[in-house]
Amino acid sequence: MTQMTHEETVDTAMSEQGPAADRHSKPLDLLAINRIAFQTIVRKEIRRFARIWVQTIVPPSINAVLYMLIFGSLIGSRISDMDGFRYIDFIVPGIIMMAVIINSYSNVVSSFFSSKMQNYIEELLVSPVSNLTIVIGYVCGGMARGLLVGSLVALVSLFFSEIRPVHPFVTISVAVLTSMMFSLGGLINAVFAKSFDDISIVPNFILTPLTYLGGVFYSISMLPPFWQTISMFNPMLYMINGFRYGILGASDIPIWTSFFVILVFIGLLGSIAMMLLNRGIGIKH
Amino acid sequence: MNALSIAGLSKTYGDNVHALKGIDLDVPDGDFFALLGPNGAGKSTAIGIISALVNKTAGKVEVFGHDIDREPEAAKASIGLVPQEFNFNMFEPVLPTVLNVAGYNGISRKVALSRAEYYLKKLDLWDKRKAASRQLSGGMKRRLMIARALVHEPRLLILDEPTAGVDLEIRRSMWEFLTELNEQHGTTIILTTHYLEEAEALCRNVAIIDGGKIVERGAVAQLLSRSMQETFVLDTRANPDAAPSLPPFTLRLRSENRMEVDVPHGHTINELFQGLSEQGIEITSLRNKTNRLEEFFLRLVHRKTEANT
Repeated sequence: MTQMTHEETVDTAMSEQGPAADRHSKPLDLLAINRIAFQTIVRKEIRRFARIWVQTIVPPSINAVLYMLIFGSLIGSRISDMDGFRYIDFIVPGIIMMAVIINSYSNVVSSFFSSKMQNYIEELLVSPVSNLTIVIGYVCGGMARGLLVGSLVALVSLFFSEIRPVHPFVTISVAVLTSMMFSLGGLINAVFAKSFDDISIVPNFILTPLTYLGGVFYSISMLPPFWQTISMFNPMLYMINGFRYGILGASDIPIWTSFFVILVFIGLLGSIAMMLLNRGIGIKH
Repeated sequence: MNALSIAGLSKTYGDNVHALKGIDLDVPDGDFFALLGPNGAGKSTAIGIISALVNKTAGKVEVFGHDIDREPEAAKASIGLVPQEFNFNMFEPVLPTVLNVAGYNGISRKVALSRAEYYLKKLDLWDKRKAASRQLSGGMKRRLMIARALVHEPRLLILDEPTAGVDLEIRRSMWEFLTELNEQHGTTIILTTHYLEEAEALCRNVAIIDGGKIVERGAVAQLLSRSMQETFVLDTRANPDAAPSLPPFTLRLRSENRMEVDVPHGHTINELFQGLSEQGIEITSLRNKTNRLEEFFLRLVHRKTEANT
């Protein structure tokens, strides 16, 4: 191994000499460890999706443009008003929310699953970082991508629609909480997943259909009473309508009901994620 | 204080795969310790439990007095792990791979950069710092795992087969580096290896684990002194027709101009050479058939296998 010269070092005599024999004499500052570990996980997660932006940022934005172009401008121009709004204005909040949901979920499920498959989750497991920090770090990474793509879709929507948020605080809160909820969902999916098929089943066969049926393209008031009741069991309905309330000021669902449902799901999924990590299910032998 | 104390450690996978059957082990602070055993003996399971990658079934583990159940953070902060399998993000460049682990251990960015540079230079990887990990050779990947394990400057470094698949030159330089860490910086090192020459050259103490139990332990020198005999390979100038009879030595012809000889404990090579010279046999070279620890290890494991059958 090479011997380092003084000029080559970044700084400090300490690193020139290697570890001191009396190191670790001080008690651990767990708060500082977890703060730095959290920053590291979030930075790593953002770097990951930024590095592969052609896969992570561009396709969902193009999808959203196509939705707005086809369903909003082309077909939408022949559809009458929905709940008193132009059809394109009605569907834009749902399309933005769809991007937030899918991207938050996909980011965490693929990142956490990759770390399991390549075993580099072990870097975290052997470190003194708490499981809560791991969960929050990955969730924040997922939220960063979900909200970034959601913001890009919102920007693109300005070319198709003239809507502006009626309740900005509600708009932002619902988007942030929803991305948090689906990031947690992605983490739980990744913990149980054993193959790449397992991480695509939920987004393709559960999330996307539920989002379509959650009122992105229609108001549930159009449905017969039976299907209106069935739709109430679809959690997406509360998020999409909560977000629509923030932007349009009108919704099928009372806003406090939306907040309540989202918060209950966050509590539930957060508890499950912590329980899984604490027991080492899917990640320890 | 012991760097590592293990008492009654057991691990059962599923219903009836008993990987560890109640092992007890103490590794003193500052030791260079070898944990040896055949494949499937339980070495990696023990290391997995110590470093929080495997849940134990029963028993107690303390790292520098920190119980891994009651003070897991303090125990983990004291350990650097170099696992047997490559376990880094193959798409991540070398420098961020080391910096991320520094961050997980609560090392500030500035200190982490300084230490990453120091260890990557020490391990000849600084020039590759921007390369994706998947582009490294096998030996470089092993050294990256060592740099990553050291970035938080642990007091206990655990290396599971660190030189597997590494060429001789790099292996020797890794030995020098590990010796420096142990002797100059007081880092306790636990090593598993299939190269018993490595264990004999580096380690002061050793434990041999087989079938989930510790079957032998002690100072390397002490174990070697208990060897009943050593086997050497001799090259001869002439080609003898038959193996010479030279009690108490046992000689066997192996191939043209080559013999093997068992030298019982307590007898010297001088006695052997003198006897051979008297019979007119000239020796051109001499070497150990296997290294001494390897011979001891093979006999121990072989004896156990015979006892089981």
